[in-house]
Amino acid sequence: MNGLRCAVVTFPGSNCDRDMAVALEAVSGEAPFRVWHGDAELPERLDFIALPGGFSYGDYLRSGAMAARSPIMRAVVAAAGRGVPVLGVCNGFQILTEAGLLPGALMRNAGIRFVCRDVALTVGNTRSLFTSGYAGGRRIRMPVAHHDGNYFADEATLDHLEGEGRVAFRYAEAVNGSARDIAGVLNEAGNVLGMMPHPERMIEQAQGGSDGRALFESALRGLVGA
Amino acid sequence: MKVRVYVSLKNGVLDPQGRAIRHSLEGLGFSGVSDVRAGRLIELEVDETVTDARLDDMCRKLLANMVIENYRIERVAA
Repeated sequence: MNGLRCAVVTFPGSNCDRDMAVALEAVSGEAPFRVWHGDAELPERLDFIALPGGFSYGDYLRSGAMAARSPIMRAVVAAAGRGVPVLGVCNGFQILTEAGLLPGALMRNAGIRFVCRDVALTVGNTRSLFTSGYAGGRRIRMPVAHHDGNYFADEATLDHLEGEGRVAFRYAEAVNGSARDIAGVLNEAGNVLGMMPHPERMIEQAQGGSDGRALFESALRGLVGA
Repeated sequence: MKVRVYVSLKNGVLDPQGRAIRHSLEGLGFSGVSDVRAGRLIELEVDETVTDARLDDMCRKLLANMVIENYRIERVAA
């Protein structure tokens, strides 16, 4: 995958940005650009943008609310509009909903507590840019680590998401009270994915499993020669 | 001038924090509380050039998340 141009955005309080960069380099062979939240512009001709997990701006106001209004996000929204793939994990997912790139909102976990453990997931749509590597409908396992992962959208939006195959991942066990067990959703065009579980923490066996690798392989393979 | 913005969860949106508060009240022996909804109060100090329309814009763009929350703006007389 020579020459792939990926970027990882770091916000004040991001803490999975390095993991994300290591995962992208492990899969693509190229070190991603590291971009700061206060930058007004992204590197040119990007193939892939990742918003990592963490607690940007200390979760002030609402998780992801401040980061979604930071200077770099105007560039991310514009890039997403041009079709550049954007992956938001955990706090990145919260930022994508707050920025309006994905529908719904992530609320406090139904059980109040911070949930930090490996969870079972099913892949809701194996034809998307990010999930084609999970064909076969097998269960996968990824860690979650969040306080605000309880996905909410109104019933009409949920029906719409399901009808269009935009539920990328579902929890296969009780985790946080998410509507219809939704763990990850795609935007209408299919180039933006937000998810609470951490695929970047499941890249090789040394991390306890490699179920996250197929996500990056799917997305980046789709870009080679694109 | 002081402006108070009250942000609250929309009806029908489950409020886990409110539920936990209700359970705690119950545990402290306060009976008769059937529901608790937790919101947020934001106080702004603004000058006279800040119109109601601008305040409304602030709420929609940042102070409230319109997917899950409602807001109410109150100007406080000095």
